[in-house]
Amino acid sequence: MSDAPGGKLWWRSLEEAADGPELAALLARQYPSQAEAWIDPLRRRDFLRLMAASLALGGLASCSSQPREEIVPYVHAPENLVPGKPLFYATALALGGLGTGVLVESHLGRPTKVEGNPLHPASLGATDVFAQAAVLGLYDPDRSQALTYVGAIRPWSEFLAVLRSARGVARARRGAGLRILTETVTSPTLAAELAAVLHDFPEARWHQWEPAGRDTARAGARLAFGEDADTRYALADADVIVALDADFLGCGPAHLRSVREFAARRRPDGRGMNRLYVVESGLTPTGARADHRLPCRAGEVEDVARALAAALGVAGAGGAPPAADARWVAAVARDLAAHRGRSAVIPGEQQPAVVHALAHAINAALGNVGKTVVHTAPVEARPEDQLASLRALTADMDAGRVELLLVLGGNPVYTAPADVPFAAALAKVPLRVHLGLYADETAELCHWHVPEAHPLEAWGDVRAYDGTVTIQQPLIAPLYGGRSALELLAAFGERPERGGREIVREHWQGARPGADFEAAWRRWLHDGVVPGTALAPKTVAVRPDVLRAAPRAAGAGLEVVFRPDPTLHDGRFANNAWLEELPKPITSVTWDNPVLLGPAAAERLGVASEDEVELEHGGRKVRAPVFVVPGHADGSLTVLLGHGRRRAGRVGTGVGFDAYGLRTADAPWIADGVTLRRTGRRRPLATVQHHHRMEGRDVVRTLTVGEHEAHAEPEVSLYPSVAYPGHRWGMAIDLSTCVGCNACVVACQAENNVPVVGRTEVLRGREMHWLRVDSYHAGESANPETHFMPVPCMQCENAPCEVVCPVEATVHSAEGLNDMVYNRCVGTRYCSNNCPYKVRRFNFFQYADWETESLVALRNPDVSVRSRGVMEKCTYCVQRITHARIRAEEESRPIRDGELVTACQQACPAEAIVFGDLNDPQSRVVKLKAEARSYALLEELNTRPRTTYLAAVKNPNPELAT
Amino acid sequence: MAQIFHPSTNTISRVSIAGVVLALGAFALVGGSLQRSPYATAVGVPREQPVPFSHKHHVAGLGIDCRYCHTSVEVSSFAGMPPTATCMNCHRQIWSQSPTLEPVRESFRTGRPLRWTRVHDLADFVYFDHSIHVNKGVGCASCHGRVDEMPLMWREATLQMDWCLDCHRHPERHLRPREHVFDMRWQPDEDQASLGRRLAEEYRIMNAAQLTSCDTCHR
Repeated sequence: MSDAPGGKLWWRSLEEAADGPELAALLARQYPSQAEAWIDPLRRRDFLRLMAASLALGGLASCSSQPREEIVPYVHAPENLVPGKPLFYATALALGGLGTGVLVESHLGRPTKVEGNPLHPASLGATDVFAQAAVLGLYDPDRSQALTYVGAIRPWSEFLAVLRSARGVARARRGAGLRILTETVTSPTLAAELAAVLHDFPEARWHQWEPAGRDTARAGARLAFGEDADTRYALADADVIVALDADFLGCGPAHLRSVREFAARRRPDGRGMNRLYVVESGLTPTGARADHRLPCRAGEVEDVARALAAALGVAGAGGAPPAADARWVAAVARDLAAHRGRSAVIPGEQQPAVVHALAHAINAALGNVGKTVVHTAPVEARPEDQLASLRALTADMDAGRVELLLVLGGNPVYTAPADVPFAAALAKVPLRVHLGLYADETAELCHWHVPEAHPLEAWGDVRAYDGTVTIQQPLIAPLYGGRSALELLAAFGERPERGGREIVREHWQGARPGADFEAAWRRWLHDGVVPGTALAPKTVAVRPDVLRAAPRAAGAGLEVVFRPDPTLHDGRFANNAWLEELPKPITSVTWDNPVLLGPAAAERLGVASEDEVELEHGGRKVRAPVFVVPGHADGSLTVLLGHGRRRAGRVGTGVGFDAYGLRTADAPWIADGVTLRRTGRRRPLATVQHHHRMEGRDVVRTLTVGEHEAHAEPEVSLYPSVAYPGHRWGMAIDLSTCVGCNACVVACQAENNVPVVGRTEVLRGREMHWLRVDSYHAGESANPETHFMPVPCMQCENAPCEVVCPVEATVHSAEGLNDMVYNRCVGTRYCSNNCPYKVRRFNFFQYADWETESLVALRNPDVSVRSRGVMEKCTYCVQRITHARIRAEEESRPIRDGELVTACQQACPAEAIVFGDLNDPQSRVVKLKAEARSYALLEELNTRPRTTYLAAVKNPNPELAT
Repeated sequence: MAQIFHPSTNTISRVSIAGVVLALGAFALVGGSLQRSPYATAVGVPREQPVPFSHKHHVAGLGIDCRYCHTSVEVSSFAGMPPTATCMNCHRQIWSQSPTLEPVRESFRTGRPLRWTRVHDLADFVYFDHSIHVNKGVGCASCHGRVDEMPLMWREATLQMDWCLDCHRHPERHLRPREHVFDMRWQPDEDQASLGRRLAEEYRIMNAAQLTSCDTCHR
């Protein structure tokens, strides 16, 4: 807890807010190091004996001469490849069918790091956690590595023969009995291939199923307009934004772009701040950034939306908000009405179709359409109600009408709603083929399993949220002989042996014929976008009778809201250790998915964090620990999909509980009438919320717009000040724009070879992330103000860590960096104890995996891989500084501002992290640090940190001020 | 009370104290010299290679420039090792039947690369960059020695940290004009001290404090 001069009391968790014996107990458990020493039977003398022995052995081990190392040059050197210089290739990674453009760094043919593609509309140079972790997904040793028939390894040729004969049978029956199941398809080439198959086999059917899909948005558009339409938002022009249970900054089709545009209007300088209203059940990153947040049950968001629509004159909206929210809704409606054409109402993907229709109607009534809200034709190749599609497929399989099922990606056995008996029906299909990255739950029940090529190994194409096409190019040949969906489908077509490149190229040659195709193709591959493929705005009219549907019936009892996991999505990333260990925003839980509920509900139900409960809905039961989250609406529970996998791999199997077990087809997102029962057991959660506390100090600072903070005078030091005549690196982090997405944390992990430690070690507080994102709350626990604070190494000029190191393993560089010299470190951990910011991380064990062959290729060759017993911490990406310095020196010029970015800065969609030279008066970082809201963390310690913060600024509505 | 220690204990204790001091000294001396001996540093030890490639013949005898084979030395951290195709540029014409060159021809035929033994092998936590040294006027011979006089390749310098620091503390002692970087036989026309100082200024060599910061070489 920290007591700021402003008088706001900041806390990081509810236990901390209460500050009772629970906190002491929690901390004792989370910092068990001392406790261990007491119980440990190892006595002092034994300890000394062991130390002496290990010293002697260590000394002996160093007596060997250097091992022989080889240089293996090429036989024919590839063009444009300079050993020691990475190459970058543009491609795209898809999630939910929508592509995000990326540039992938390749060292001698090994992809090691993913960056955003500045030319791509959905990326603008930023990346999310999934893109950052894609390289680990590629090298995952648990990926399926062989084509199998009921578990036995078979050659491709044998599979091909089976497929060709099945094709012959299907042909004779005009495709009757042939079913293809894919995830959401936006790829023009794949769509064309599917269309060709459906043309050749008229009786065949193509189904799509995406568990965290956008069925409600599609249904909402059909309800509002009577036709399919996609909606995108131009938030740069929006002065007032209302999110109806929409976490548009945390996930969704264009969240990176949304964050960029939103953040651009959250700095008090410039174009004037926007104002964000959020009504939501669980506390999300979007809710945390809101100027006014209304927690309410997800089922009641419709009431709020109706009241808002009614207040704005939308005919037939009806309904009144719950009395307590009437003032809130009235104020929001007035603010929206005052910003006609300059506002946006965004519905959430978990909300029912009617809320989407209401949002469309409100936006139309406010004249936002065509300005801040743009409707287009759908991006998807064939928009459809995917749940209905999956149910139809299941019914057909169950009735024995399916002879051959091709599952091209996805894991429907795991992700199908609990009341859709997909797995049982699947067993009745005579020939089942599964294409997937892993031999997962679906592969287990299929005859043939074909290893899928990872998106970084395959040719393809994908559309972004606005329709922009990216040609996906492989960075590496398939590690395990995987095939893409394009190739598998081609194997079923007329010309079975075509490769992915040929398929995609032929499609585009047909789509964009011309003499200059070759040049255009190369340009598309180089840029990562195909120009002119963005969808044009489409005029759609809201139907007058749109809101005739009766308002929903009031929900009874507890409701449960299903959300895709912020780090595992629908479960497809369950075996990615970076994402498993990544603290989830707000809760900071790792390696688990507790049931989230609010403090009031917890008190009423008599549960506390880490209590195990049994949830029951419609006769289905799951057991899970609970986690009490401030700001979570009363009467509502949130569960995260994607955990509890049975066949994910060594990392993800059995982590958390399977929330799909509660999810039914009639209530895919919000289910009423859930009962919760304590089992009496406790289940410890690996949450990092209490780790690295900065013990009761002024940590987060906030202002409201118009307020200014006086710059603190630098403190006087007894030590002579050191001059840094060359570069003086520094960083400014804007708390006003940080949305707590954690992309920076994974980017840092990928760039700096940061190891994963696993759940047990996280429980001991030994996570290794060099950069952490703390969340701080203030105010009532029912609806607190929340801020995110990324904390890397502060690179103090008067660094407390340096003076206590007995072996000078951490020292200052001439540019003022606080260098960590791994080879000098003997592991006393004094530096970590003396660091007031708690940013140093110690390798208690050999966390870095040197054994697994595929992971060796993953590492960044420009950064040392640390061994056991060594301290490490953020270096300001010193390898990037060195490269930029060498490049600039060779060209006899200074390093240009902006040419050198740290990994965290490069990933950040909000541009909240700015790094640069403090000796360059024109640099962005100097200008930011000159702002009145700039402050140093724990300034009073006079450590003179190079990393400073910009206080968070809120733009509240005066009407709701009290 | 009876005497506990026999009078000889005095001598024994003196001898053993002196012995311990001497033993520690000898241990340090042996260890230290071993550490600096060719046993540990491999200085002057020709390494066995799949093909006994002679720099002496190719550089001094034929006058081939370093960069004909080590192509990326001016632009990359890694100087570059020639692909087999580079060898075959000449050796498909000359010595095309030589049994010594069979591994090269075999590599070219089969597409399997040659596997050379690294002679200048830095520890993995050291990040050396050829391009910046070459661009700042450090000659090849300054670190690799007179390669044009080596029939087989060996290490001329220890590559230990004190050797690196020696130059990073006093770069002027080893600088030469950029145009002579690849010249094996170059000798300064004037006094190296004054030439070095002039070049250090002209090439904007960073000062010793910057060059000896840990993060210059370690990451």
